[in-house]
Amino acid sequence: MIRDLHSQLVNGEITSEQLTSDYFDAIEKKDPKIEAFVSLNKEYALDKARAVDRKIKNGGEIDLLAGIPCAVKDNMCVEGLQATAGSKILENYIAPYDATVIKKIKARDAVILGKTNLDEFAMGSSTENSAYQTTKNPADPERVPGGSSGGSAAAVAADMCTYSLGSDTGGSIRQPAALCGIVGLKPTYGAVSRYGLIAMASSFDQIGPIAKTVEDAAIVFSAIAGKDRHDSTSMTLAEKKYEDSLDGEIGGLRVGVPKEYFESEGLDNQVKEKIKEAIQRYERLGAKIVDISLPSGEYALATYYVIQPCEVSSNMARYDGIRFGQSVEKEKNEVDLVLQDIYLKSRAKYLGPEVKRRIMLGTYALSAGYYDQYYKKAQKVRSLIKKEFQEAFEKVDVILSPTAPTPAFKIGEKTEDPLEMYLADIYTVTANIVGIPAISIPCGNAKIEGKELPVGLQLMGKWFDEEMVLKAAYAFEQSGK
Amino acid sequence: MLSKSEVQKIAELARIEITDKEAEKYSKELSDILGFVDKLNEADIDRVEPIGHITGARNTMREDKIVEASDETKSAIIGNFPEKKDRFDKVKAVF
Repeated sequence: MIRDLHSQLVNGEITSEQLTSDYFDAIEKKDPKIEAFVSLNKEYALDKARAVDRKIKNGGEIDLLAGIPCAVKDNMCVEGLQATAGSKILENYIAPYDATVIKKIKARDAVILGKTNLDEFAMGSSTENSAYQTTKNPADPERVPGGSSGGSAAAVAADMCTYSLGSDTGGSIRQPAALCGIVGLKPTYGAVSRYGLIAMASSFDQIGPIAKTVEDAAIVFSAIAGKDRHDSTSMTLAEKKYEDSLDGEIGGLRVGVPKEYFESEGLDNQVKEKIKEAIQRYERLGAKIVDISLPSGEYALATYYVIQPCEVSSNMARYDGIRFGQSVEKEKNEVDLVLQDIYLKSRAKYLGPEVKRRIMLGTYALSAGYYDQYYKKAQKVRSLIKKEFQEAFEKVDVILSPTAPTPAFKIGEKTEDPLEMYLADIYTVTANIVGIPAISIPCGNAKIEGKELPVGLQLMGKWFDEEMVLKAAYAFEQSGK
Repeated sequence: MLSKSEVQKIAELARIEITDKEAEKYSKELSDILGFVDKLNEADIDRVEPIGHITGARNTMREDKIVEASDETKSAIIGNFPEKKDRFDKVKAVF
């Protein structure tokens, strides 16, 4: 899609201004129902588009992403725009600088249409934890788009932008991509700078692309990856255009299928069927299917729900009503408060229930006497899981699984029980725990209550081997055409 | 099972004011989650070292050089202070 739009721009068949205003028209028409966007950036976007058009007219070379309209999850800083992270505590917060990923796509003349909805501070799997709105799944507006990057996924699926940026801590790019029937890539931990991403759990968070096609995801990933002095966990990667390595050739590719992933009782039958069909399709394409075992996988979700709240409790400490964001300090009737009251009351008033739950869980797990029992133990299990994956990757090139155990669920279906919601991430958290790249691609639809609901296929790869993951995903996608 | 008073204690450590009713709700929810993560006790980790950094990066160095922010950025940061006096962040008394 991006390549196509790019050549139309270069050949003068369309202008970026027209493309951009068409997207704004689509947003105006569809978004009152979908509610994917939390804010729009109309004037700046159209200015940028016109600048790209002038560049083309003057015969200048333009980047693949130049003039192509995109959307950004509202937990990434875009200078001068609000960045709410889906939380009331950051209502009216204006980002004073660009996140590194934003700086990179701006340098390529990307057109940023607006900011998209998410679960508060990316904590959730449905966008229902957003303090502003619940985004609807374009395939069925009674259902969730998944989360936390639900706004970014719905915006792409409903053709309200060409691609978007999301963030993934436990599945937040892949699960909504699966539920909305599009492509979402979580890169290797350290492949993309997290500078300017409002932190949730820093040892898991990664920014990645959400797009209509594997090639688009590859183009965007190539543009945002690489070492950044502002993020000491980012790594130097070989300068590569990942999109150029997509050839559809996967003869001899070793695809690992972990048996445990198909034994879990929460796995929907129709999802299971679609994944089995996908395995058969890989076989037909010349891949070698290898049965593998990842027994420690059953500890993945428990490991995640110890380490992640611990990191959350630390990262959320900055929302104290003092330096930025909403504060009870502003309220005239609160004149007699002392400093600690500002912390206690600002956090009580402006943070949502899921955020509080995780802060408290992490505070408890890290408190005196419990550190060894929870945090340290979880970090050990994390080693164990990593070791299993290292061993598995000696035998296989990619590991195949469902992305989510079920298709999109109904709005309100899982909000009563936090644990129930956590299970939506059962197949995705492991890639974050061990830091490997993983992609979700569409592999057909499930029929539920007369609706066609998308099912996602997940491919996980070796550390920093996004190329293999993208190649394997691309071959599958092309074979379905 | 976490008691209501334990939850109140955690909330205080986390600097979040909660009501008695919320304490009751969180006591159940947090206990459920803690019960779930108790699964980790089954894992055999006797001879396993905890993860340091997942991709194995260590001692990442860079030059200790200050890069001054632009006046525009500085004003934008100050603009986000909830309460301010001139260019200072105004806070309440500690006691």
